[in-house]
Amino acid sequence: MAIPTHAPDDGFVQLLTPEGERVENSDFPLDITDDEIRALYRDLFLVRRVDAEATALQRQGELGLWAQLLGQEAAQVGAGRALVSGDMAFPTYREHGVAWCRGVDPLTLLGLFRGTTNGGWDPEEHGFALYTIVIGDQCPQAVGYAMGLQHDRAENAVMVFFGDGASSQGDVNESFIWASVFNAPVVFFCQNNQWAISEPLERQTRIPLFQRAWGFGFPGVRIDGNDVLACLAVSRHMLQRAREGAGPALIEAFTYRMGAHTTSDDPTRYRLDSDVEAWRLRDPLERVRSFLHKQQLVDQSFFTELDEEAEQLAERLRAGTRALPNPLPPDMFDHAYAEPHALVDRQRAEFSQYVAGFAPEEV
Amino acid sequence: MAETLTLAKAVNSGLRRSLEGDPKVLLMGEDIGRLGGVFRVTDGLQKDFGEDRVIDTPLAESSIVGAAIGMAMRGYRPVVEIQFDGFVYVAFDQIVSQLAKMHARSSGRVKVPVTVRIPYGGGIGAVEHHSESPEAYFAHTAGLRVVTPSNPVDAFHLVQQAIACDDPVVFLEPKRRYWDKAEVDETAAPPLPMGSARVVRSGHDLTLVAYGPMVRTCLEAAAAAESDGTSIEVVDLRSLSPLDLDTVAQSVRRTGRCVVTHEASVFLGMAAEVAAAVAQECFYELQSPVLRVGGFHTPYPPSRLEEHYLPDLDRVLDTVDRALAY
Repeated sequence: MAIPTHAPDDGFVQLLTPEGERVENSDFPLDITDDEIRALYRDLFLVRRVDAEATALQRQGELGLWAQLLGQEAAQVGAGRALVSGDMAFPTYREHGVAWCRGVDPLTLLGLFRGTTNGGWDPEEHGFALYTIVIGDQCPQAVGYAMGLQHDRAENAVMVFFGDGASSQGDVNESFIWASVFNAPVVFFCQNNQWAISEPLERQTRIPLFQRAWGFGFPGVRIDGNDVLACLAVSRHMLQRAREGAGPALIEAFTYRMGAHTTSDDPTRYRLDSDVEAWRLRDPLERVRSFLHKQQLVDQSFFTELDEEAEQLAERLRAGTRALPNPLPPDMFDHAYAEPHALVDRQRAEFSQYVAGFAPEEV
Repeated sequence: MAETLTLAKAVNSGLRRSLEGDPKVLLMGEDIGRLGGVFRVTDGLQKDFGEDRVIDTPLAESSIVGAAIGMAMRGYRPVVEIQFDGFVYVAFDQIVSQLAKMHARSSGRVKVPVTVRIPYGGGIGAVEHHSESPEAYFAHTAGLRVVTPSNPVDAFHLVQQAIACDDPVVFLEPKRRYWDKAEVDETAAPPLPMGSARVVRSGHDLTLVAYGPMVRTCLEAAAAAESDGTSIEVVDLRSLSPLDLDTVAQSVRRTGRCVVTHEASVFLGMAAEVAAAVAQECFYELQSPVLRVGGFHTPYPPSRLEEHYLPDLDRVLDTVDRALAY
């Protein structure tokens, strides 16, 4: 039996070519204004800057770790901008672009990687659940939240993010089943970035991931994950379908992790520079930039102003990260439980007394 | 208004009360709807509250808990049933990594008031994986509360208290006591808050600490010992996290001796924590070391051997005698 090809141009939805040419797709038409395209480019550009700045801050010792999204900006911004108020997103730990679209201050994300918090934002306020580190754990939760929406007769949907590695997890496959049998309003958004740390896609699957959806009883579609317009159009379509009661769908955004898994990883040990170079030609930002130029939708001042905005953002992140307050030692007891717990209360009291026994400068 | 109820029926009545009292309460699990659960604990609830609130789920324990977390994030108060103790390990990751930590990692912004009901323990002649006592795993996990009733009255009240609690609660049901009966006054106020232990028999020679299925065994042992002239006080812990060590210590300060028992293996079991705490709190009053009697450090044996594995009246009294001999 031949292994099916995973070639990226093998039947995926693309609305903007790497050269910046618009392509029409009758299944996923995209009605979009020039302003919206300019806004998408701004998102992509600033999200990339957040990522670069965070990577630099990690190198300077200001962050303990950073999970880079370089190369996945279009997938995340396209999906993130398809969500509307009242929708809920369940991220992994790399969805900085979705967080951006949901109005989570990047500085809050950096707190997580600096070690000042394990969470940092209000999921309900932003329609963006906390980052999930254990691979795939967020998927059953997303389905449960979608079942809650269903129960509330709310006209909203959930989008849950995961990667090609997570597609092997039991929880992810269970969540496909649950979503299917309960017809839950949830869209599974898989960023297939080709690598689960060092393990290539071939270690996770023998068929294209999007094709798995049919076995679970709902549609799957593969899209060019480096094409923000395709990501936006298909996400909008599947989310709207879910909101209207047509049930779940799986989107496989075919993309590439241009950076390391995290700042602790060394991808030169397991992949070729030439592969990375090939993907550089499919850059998610360059094609939008080309399109904007070719269509004469922007002039030079657009890019100059964006550069300035990115500089200011980067400066705010640098200063803000260094100024993030360390939590106080007794803080760790504060939210272990929602209601008083005798043991935690006693340990807090004893520990506070112990800490108080030191002179202030020793604490 | 008191009515004679089995422990299973008392849990059923408590669940019914919670469903009636709060529209956000819903039940999920395997076979809990049409069948009413393999122990019939949810009997009749789907008929009365509908398939939207009493939900038969796919056979996937990890997602039963995971989906409950998502529902709780949406404002619901899910009560999930894990069909048997030995099947909860499949859901262990969602319970330990997600359910237990969500409130803390969200700095209190996300509450997950999920109740995980688990029939636990041995003694019913079951096949493998149907007689486990996993309570220490959960009690060891910060963020979870763990409670277990020993009798129908506590079962009725504790399950409602667990559901009303804003923290996740692992609610362990002693399956071999499901058919024990008692008078339950459903109109009465709960006799105690959820986290409290209770002295269920007074005595002055030794304190016997138990919970769940072992409470009845200990009461029987205490009755038998009385005929030999030994006065045993029995403490039902009721809550394993938090542990009400004050009630235990007050008792041991009076009696000077303490034996702790459970079905689970004694190695790193709940009794180890109780023994350490009693040794610390009652050091000057203790007449003998705190002794433990429970399951062995073996996998739960085939059911034809379980009467030897489970601490019975004789093994409890043998341990009591050893404590009294110091």
